[in-house]
Amino acid sequence: MPAVSKGDGMRGLAVFISDIRNCKSKEAEIKRINKELANIRSKFKGDKALDGYSKKKYVCKLLFIFLLGHDIDFGHMEAVNLLSSNKYTEKQIGYLFISVLVNSNSELIRLINNAIKNDLASRNPTFMCLALHCIANVGSREMAEAFAGEIPRILVAGDTMDSVKQSAALCLLRLYKTSPDLVHMGEWTSRVVHLLNDQHMGVVTAAISLITCLSQKNPEEFKTCISLAVSRLSRIVSSASTDLQDYTYYFVPAPWLSVKLLRLLQCYPPPEDGAVKGRLVECLETILNKAQEPPKSKKVQHSNAKNAILFEAISLIIHYDSEPNLLVRACNQLGQFLQHRETNLRYLALESMCTLASSEFSHEAVKTHIETVINALKTERDVSVRQRAADLLYAMCDRSNAKQIVAEMLSYLETADYSIREEIVLKVAILAEKYAVDYSWYVDTILNLIRIAGDYVSEEVWYRVIQIVINRDDVQGYAAKTVFEALQAPACHENMVKVGGYILGEFGNLIAGDPRSSPLVQFNLLHSKFHLCSVPTRALLLSAYIKFINLFPETKSTIQEVLRSDSQIRNSDVELQQRAVEYLKLSSIASTDVLATVLEEMPPFPERESSILAKLKKKKGPGAVSVSELEDGKKEAGSEINGGGGAESAAAASNASTPSPSADLLGLRSGAAGIGSATGAGSLLVDVFSESGTAATASSGTDENFLSSTPSSALGSEDPAPALPESDELLHKFVCKNNGVLFENHLLQIGIKSEYRQNLGRMYLFFGNKTSMQFIGFSTTVTCPGELQSQLNIQTKPVEPLVEGGAQVQQVLNIECLSDFTEAPLLNIRFRYGGTLQNITLKLPITINKFFQPTEMASQDFFQRWKQLSQPQQEAQKIFKATHPMDSEVLKGKLLGLGTALLENVDPNPENFVCAGVIQTKALQVGCLLRLEPNAQAQMYRLTLRSSKESVSKRLCELVAEQF
Amino acid sequence: MMQFMLLFSRQGKLRLQKWYVPLSDKEKKKITRELVQTVLARKPKMCSFLEWRDLKIVYKRYASLYFCCAIEDQDNELITLEIIHRYVELLDKYFGSVCELDIIFNFEKAYFILDEFLLGGEAQETSKKNVLKAIEQADLLQEDPAVLEVKMFKIHLPGLSIFILNDKSALQANG
Repeated sequence: MPAVSKGDGMRGLAVFISDIRNCKSKEAEIKRINKELANIRSKFKGDKALDGYSKKKYVCKLLFIFLLGHDIDFGHMEAVNLLSSNKYTEKQIGYLFISVLVNSNSELIRLINNAIKNDLASRNPTFMCLALHCIANVGSREMAEAFAGEIPRILVAGDTMDSVKQSAALCLLRLYKTSPDLVHMGEWTSRVVHLLNDQHMGVVTAAISLITCLSQKNPEEFKTCISLAVSRLSRIVSSASTDLQDYTYYFVPAPWLSVKLLRLLQCYPPPEDGAVKGRLVECLETILNKAQEPPKSKKVQHSNAKNAILFEAISLIIHYDSEPNLLVRACNQLGQFLQHRETNLRYLALESMCTLASSEFSHEAVKTHIETVINALKTERDVSVRQRAADLLYAMCDRSNAKQIVAEMLSYLETADYSIREEIVLKVAILAEKYAVDYSWYVDTILNLIRIAGDYVSEEVWYRVIQIVINRDDVQGYAAKTVFEALQAPACHENMVKVGGYILGEFGNLIAGDPRSSPLVQFNLLHSKFHLCSVPTRALLLSAYIKFINLFPETKSTIQEVLRSDSQIRNSDVELQQRAVEYLKLSSIASTDVLATVLEEMPPFPERESSILAKLKKKKGPGAVSVSELEDGKKEAGSEINGGGGAESAAAASNASTPSPSADLLGLRSGAAGIGSATGAGSLLVDVFSESGTAATASSGTDENFLSSTPSSALGSEDPAPALPESDELLHKFVCKNNGVLFENHLLQIGIKSEYRQNLGRMYLFFGNKTSMQFIGFSTTVTCPGELQSQLNIQTKPVEPLVEGGAQVQQVLNIECLSDFTEAPLLNIRFRYGGTLQNITLKLPITINKFFQPTEMASQDFFQRWKQLSQPQQEAQKIFKATHPMDSEVLKGKLLGLGTALLENVDPNPENFVCAGVIQTKALQVGCLLRLEPNAQAQMYRLTLRSSKESVSKRLCELVAEQF
Repeated sequence: MMQFMLLFSRQGKLRLQKWYVPLSDKEKKKITRELVQTVLARKPKMCSFLEWRDLKIVYKRYASLYFCCAIEDQDNELITLEIIHRYVELLDKYFGSVCELDIIFNFEKAYFILDEFLLGGEAQETSKKNVLKAIEQADLLQEDPAVLEVKMFKIHLPGLSIFILNDKSALQANG
């Protein structure tokens, strides 16, 4: 079709473009462009009024120059003028220029909006479409303000042309995405939903995108779309390839619409209505059946379109996760694709199977493809496909195949692409830990990891192996032997030296009986690596040496000599020098007993989530496993280790935020405290750690001091008073802050200081006697009523029963959040003042938000997650009147105090606030998203909370709503 | 939803850019540079999809030109591949055996056709007939006499591989 000849070629433009193309150098191009810009500028400024054609031509040239990558700072006005031209092509170029180059120049926007308004009112469908395209392309807030009210009307009006309806639907979608607050479907809802029934396939295709987006936000209101979508889908699926005429694409009826319909259905749980559900299952079966039919065409377009529908159907089946039969069929279908000659299909099959692996119905079926997937990992030529294969292996791993999968991943690692090595390392480390039945296998695996890909083994990985070795005495001897052997290699990775130094320092004695690994041999082996290592590793080795002095007194003189040498004791690095000096002194001054106490074997690390998992989550490399799956993994991993170790304590040991890992791992902080050179830099929480560390080392006898949450009160008989009526209000005061006065009356003042990290917290209660007389029989009781008992673990020691007049007593509560909770613990205080018994019960301000870990994320991530949490029960919403002035700085402060990250530039409306955080409990983590939309005029707020757990969304919503 | 579509040549020259999400010019340039580099570095038989940032990239080469789309996590890769193909078909039908030069010299037409086909990152009208009807109607509305036979440039300018969309040509090369 010689379309161009009837086009509106602009000779000047064509000449200019070919001039540019003929430029030999960048400089020549810039010169030519500058000449043109000068020419256009003079034309625009000239006295002679330009005709429409010239104006169009010059605007088009400017656009071309801009698209080449040059800045354009004029011509906007001329483009706006073109908008009101009667000539279609002039108008069209004007709109194109605006769409590409619009800036928020307010004066201009007003003019543009005016032109758009005129075109929308023109009743000329081509003009209307142009205007709608422009709004959809620009999609600015100003345009939303001007047109969000008008477009729904155009969309549903009976006399609107089909093409205009299509543009209107997608235009509205764009406005809804940028300014959801301005688009109100309200009365139009049902008519919009019924567009799914429209005669015109194009209208349905466009409208369904809008409906899908709206359904995600308001599932209830749009629920009726389910049955309409199912019947539409059913009609398409069962139609012959010619029925739909031009909507049939390479013998596939309406592939785009089918995919969109299947996508819409994924916004909802399976249909409740049996008939609808039956019809849908039938559709899905038909789609699966068609995959087995011989292709109607050899063209790749035919198979792509057909398979696009198939993959979308499989996504829906996985989303429902309730039809075992369909899930297994889907899995078999994907299994076929795994060996398909089309790389694209293999890639998608691996990707899709990854999600199937997490369904209980299809996990086993997925596992049957293990050989194929391993083969893909080895032989695929495209790294992105290999990446998918590695993801799938990770997802399908369980106890039955862990050894095989880990071995395969390890061998793949030797040749793996650099881009995915780190991720593979993390995955291997996690799987090895998660499925370790025998820990020598685990130790071997991690040491292999270090050997093969030492550079990609992050600190988290080697910390973890040490934590596990320390906590499991059945593997310590083996670990010592293995690292000793690994260190024999002439060149070994520095991470190996770290692990070796640490483990030999702790457990070298377990292999010292063998003359081949006698203490001195061990020391010499370690020391032979010393000079090749970086400062942190050397520091770690020095600590290992001092531990050697304790373990093997016969090495003392050798080691002291090393410490005394100038290269140590006068080392220019302060840390190394200090260690050398202190260790030397320690070894010469301290008695054997003192030495033995200070350098005692490390106490078991308190159990905690593997930091490797956190790291993998953060990386969330391509297609990494879904978060929920990781959570499962974590839970399992946790119980695994706990089962054996048994030691469960509140504190976290090697905290990720500690700057000097070696110091932390070695517990130097607590050790140093013992010999009186504590740095004193510890915050409240660091103290928690070190204290729990020393407490555990000192003796287990201290346990009896740690009364559980219900100490028998000295005053025994009386029941605790019911909580004060104002206790809820007092509680709410502390939602966004951690310190302050909780309660005060004429006798007593209770102050609170608290600090939280992860799922742990420590609270200091200060009870002040405001009178000049003694409080007698002073006792406090913390109780967790009902369910809370299993959700929160609070430990404290009883306070002194006598509080002098004017004195203050302090009580420390160690808090561990086991799982999410709603109620607040109760604090009962009883004492006698002048003979009368005082009995007060308050709610302790420990609320679920205290265990928030802020999460920074970009706008896209936020909205993606927001969408993922779109089920009705995941959301809690409140609309309420402001009780405080709506000062945005104050609001920000409160939201930050809540513990979430306040995300800037995420919400398209700058007035709104969005926050994200993860609630850390021992059992699980709950990701939460918050959105607060203030309406200053109405003095109202709308607060929306979404989280993966209904109870959490609800509770947070209640708590937060009280704050503003 | 599609976030953007880029057309670029084998030499890395950007021929068309369509953004369905608001981004600064600087960010757009950065994305373009990064993606062009990534895609051009890939070998012919590799798969048409790749993960990039938190998006999925779907691309396909037609003769000298790469068509590259960025879609979101839940979007369908294969149907996006066919979005690209349908767009190529539309260009082909409109220009008649379209080649890179048509898109260079009539870039505005390429944008108009795209707007009729995709709007706001979603398929608006997938019928080839209907899209072309809309464009032709627009062409009929124009009444400028200065008509230029742009096709001649195809002959006069050497060194450009032409991509022709018919049954046995370049289209299959990368299919």
